[in-house]
Amino acid sequence: MTPLPKTLQATFLASALAIALFPLANSPFYIELVTKIMIMAIFAMSLDLLVGYTGLVSFGHAAYFGIAAYAVVLISPKYEAASLWLTLPASVLIAAASAFVIGLFVLRTKGIYFIMVTLAFAQMVYFLFHDTGLGGGSDGTYLNFKPEAKLAGYTLFDLGNTRHFYYFVFALMLLVYLFLRRLLQSPLGRAFIGIKVNEHRMWSLGYPVLRYKLASFTIAGGLGGLAGYLAACQFGFVNPEILSWHQSGNVLLMVILGGMGTLYGPIAGAFAFVMMQEYFSALTKHWQLLMGGLIVLVVLFFPGGLASLADRFKTRGVKKPVVAEAKHG
Amino acid sequence: MAEALLSAAGATRHFGGLAAVNNVSIELQRGQLHAVLGPNGAGKSTLINLLSGDLPLSAGTIRYKGRDISALSMDRRSRMGVGRSYQKTNIFPSFTAFENCRLAAQSRDARPFNIFANALHNRAVSAAAERALEQAGLAGRGEIVAATLSHGEQRQLEIAMVLATDPDVLLLDEPLAGMGAEESARMVELLRKLAADHAVMLVEHDMDAVFAVADRITVMANGQVLESGLPEQIRASAAVKQVYLGEDEERHV
Repeated sequence: MTPLPKTLQATFLASALAIALFPLANSPFYIELVTKIMIMAIFAMSLDLLVGYTGLVSFGHAAYFGIAAYAVVLISPKYEAASLWLTLPASVLIAAASAFVIGLFVLRTKGIYFIMVTLAFAQMVYFLFHDTGLGGGSDGTYLNFKPEAKLAGYTLFDLGNTRHFYYFVFALMLLVYLFLRRLLQSPLGRAFIGIKVNEHRMWSLGYPVLRYKLASFTIAGGLGGLAGYLAACQFGFVNPEILSWHQSGNVLLMVILGGMGTLYGPIAGAFAFVMMQEYFSALTKHWQLLMGGLIVLVVLFFPGGLASLADRFKTRGVKKPVVAEAKHG
Repeated sequence: MAEALLSAAGATRHFGGLAAVNNVSIELQRGQLHAVLGPNGAGKSTLINLLSGDLPLSAGTIRYKGRDISALSMDRRSRMGVGRSYQKTNIFPSFTAFENCRLAAQSRDARPFNIFANALHNRAVSAAAERALEQAGLAGRGEIVAATLSHGEQRQLEIAMVLATDPDVLLLDEPLAGMGAEESARMVELLRKLAADHAVMLVEHDMDAVFAVADRITVMANGQVLESGLPEQIRASAAVKQVYLGEDEERHV
């Protein structure tokens, strides 16, 4: 992966600064809204690893988000706070392990079948929580105490504090972004991209493609789980809706809206998506119609998503390179 | 007698009722360039697909260094040392030529799952990629995005990618098709060099090239081996003349 262009780097720094300073001038409502968006951004980036970098269009990514969210609730004791250092890695590992096991099955399929089978497995997880008493059934269940971030008896920060939680999520979002960029520069990440571009040739060159896809699916599941963990901590409540197919569809839309295969695109996509949701739902009861229409327009006129806007400004008047076409072929 | 690296015995592949490859036996030896000729639809490409593992056999066995590899997957065979190129260019169009070869060479990397290594910092892999580009006549073209290379250069890249995996056996499916005269001559030269310490199987329509470089020639028709032997024998064979060479000339006039 080549270094980002200068204009993009500047946009990046400016956005990061804006996010960092945001809580100073805003009410808890907006701080919580942006926190929620950043959690969705982590979720969207994790899906981008699959859709944008490995060529695996998963329509069941909410399963790992939901599994980790339920995991933190179920492994936390009922009447006291659990440790952040314990529950966070445990929940992420449980999500990753679930992705590994489900991946063993779904990765044997391709294309439209893969989309359908990932959806089917996610629905199975959905009904597991919806129809059994495991997590309070369709009503969901509460996370009574938010996990504590203690070090040697001293509380480093308080997840119940809106601002503390905001910065914690912000830091994790940056970490996930940097981790994924690093991963994509590694031999493993390069192989993922190779599989997206030409799976058959990768196989022919000696790559055990299934194993690589499973690695990607597991990592994406774990990171999606991280987002789910944070969501459970933010709302202190989980119900089956967080692993419904709507959730899988929403995060897929964020990735497409933002621009898949860019990592920063899905972050922008998460911001755009949730803010549109907020704006339109305050406007009218039929907000989903407006939102759907807008998404169709974006996909129609900016097939590369919001991330392609930056490229458009840069290459205005310049002949479009052949590469762009080939990339999506 | 040279070492038989890759061999097929009674290799058969059915597509529905059609036997695309029917009871074909062939031996590829180190130090030999074995050309396979035949009219379109003779089963040459299918034979390569069976040897490389792109397609499973319907019947027969394939051995590599004495070991039965009939049931092994394509990636296993590739890692063992069976490399192949494709008739229809099969590259990573959005990557640079160098990255195409680097990815090919990386498949031999011993620690592929080290996620904190930078892929570009692996000197051995990068050197193998550069070497392959140079061998295939693409020195200095590494930074060009593959999709923007000329058709002939993409054909060269196709070969470079196989070379980057450092195979013992090279299965080349019409490598010269679409190459200019100059590149063709260079590629023939390269094939001759490679044949010295590899086993090379060459499927090719360019008769002059085939007779110039082949140590052995097998002629296929309708999925079966029609004739196999030294180039002089093939040139003299009446059956080959009738079924293939004669037909071929008529068609191309």
